[in-house]
Amino acid sequence: MASYEELQQGVITADEGKVEDLVRQLLAAGNNPLDIIARGLTAGMAIVGQKMKTGEMFIPEVLASAHVMAKGMDILKPLVGDKLSSIYIGKVVFGTVQGDIHNIGKKIVSMLLESGGFVVIDIGVDVPAAKFIEAVKREQPDILALSALLTTTIPRMKEVIQALSSANLRDRVRVMVGGAPVTQSFADSIGADGYAPDAVLALERAKQLLD
Amino acid sequence: MIIVGELINTSRKPILESVARRDAEYIASIARRQAEAGASYLDVNCSSILDKEAEVMAWLVENIQKAVDIPLCIDTPNPAAMAAGISLARKGRPLANSITGEKDRFAAMLPLLLQYHARVTGLCTDDQGIPETAADRLRVARDLVHRLTDAGIDIDDIYLDPVLTSLSTNNTAGVEVLTAIRLIKEEFPKVHLICGLSNVSYGLPSRKVLNQAFMIQTMAAGMDAYILDPLDRTMMGFLYASQALLGQDQYCRNYLSAYRRGLYNEEQRQQK
Repeated sequence: MASYEELQQGVITADEGKVEDLVRQLLAAGNNPLDIIARGLTAGMAIVGQKMKTGEMFIPEVLASAHVMAKGMDILKPLVGDKLSSIYIGKVVFGTVQGDIHNIGKKIVSMLLESGGFVVIDIGVDVPAAKFIEAVKREQPDILALSALLTTTIPRMKEVIQALSSANLRDRVRVMVGGAPVTQSFADSIGADGYAPDAVLALERAKQLLD
Repeated sequence: MIIVGELINTSRKPILESVARRDAEYIASIARRQAEAGASYLDVNCSSILDKEAEVMAWLVENIQKAVDIPLCIDTPNPAAMAAGISLARKGRPLANSITGEKDRFAAMLPLLLQYHARVTGLCTDDQGIPETAADRLRVARDLVHRLTDAGIDIDDIYLDPVLTSLSTNNTAGVEVLTAIRLIKEEFPKVHLICGLSNVSYGLPSRKVLNQAFMIQTMAAGMDAYILDPLDRTMMGFLYASQALLGQDQYCRNYLSAYRRGLYNEEQRQQK
């Protein structure tokens, strides 16, 4: 009989056919779709994240696993409807700051955040401070995540944090910053709540910020 | 083949530390070693120093030029730092790295290129972002070449960078660049093509193997300038070998001269 462990393995090895089969088998055996997501798909992705952190797996493999997980979700999502939000641990609004058009780092971090149980609202690249403020008001996220890959654009992060303060939103949301030129001391200097040097640590830091 | 030595970059810790203590001798030694290893230009990049970039750029340029006689590649997106570096560059014609198709950056950099009669690296990005396909790259390349030559820049002074992205996040990252190089060369045979190699291997293990393979492939497609570490003997060996194999090295002159100087040959180096 199909098990959650097998489903996790299917996600880790990015075996699309196996994951879809197992999801269907688990459903046929009467398992709750939310359990299949949490104990099978998401749990498998969490292991993938760990393996990336330890250097056993690499970005293309993580992307393949995320793709396969999404295939499984395609089957399950219509069955859970709006109950899906009950398994999310937090909400993140994520964007690359104004003047910066880098997208890939943000995508990888988003994927790992989603695999770790966050719902991620990606508001794109080259995002002006005002648009971050709008999104925080509209989505009311737990975390606002700012990405920048250029030494010339990381000063924009400070402006976003200042804009949050001016809009009286600063204490309503935790701010995480990341990207190649960003350091812990830079994050501290602009008053960010969290920083991580890579995608896996970003997930860990995001979870800590919820506490 | 044009080799731009990449080591003088403040994102590298030893360079950052030597800048912090204004250790001109260390900078001079890195400059000399790269020149001796066959660099045609030396890259100077201090854009990680946000607040004093122009001042540090001037200091680096002055001190590098005391040590070597090859021209410099002034590497910054910041027009003020570009002006600081390029105005002091006096060993041959400098290479300004870089201009892009982005409206503001193009407008800020162009007058400097003209004033100092510099060669220029044109990054194939524009206000629409980082190109994904070969066709995107060709479109930005065409636009850059037309705008630069219309402004009076000689096409032979333009070095287009097709913008390498990471293979780890996109299977076609390598092949789109290879196709772009061919398309650009077909349309503009006189334009040069330049790149750094490390982006392509981001997120994968044994990055050097990928970088080396991609240097060989891009060279075969028409790339004629690289921003790399000339002290990397394996890379330099592949560079001289590829150049000779592509029929760009008459009587294998460069390959043999580099061999005699021990630039890539292990036994030769041990005898020294």
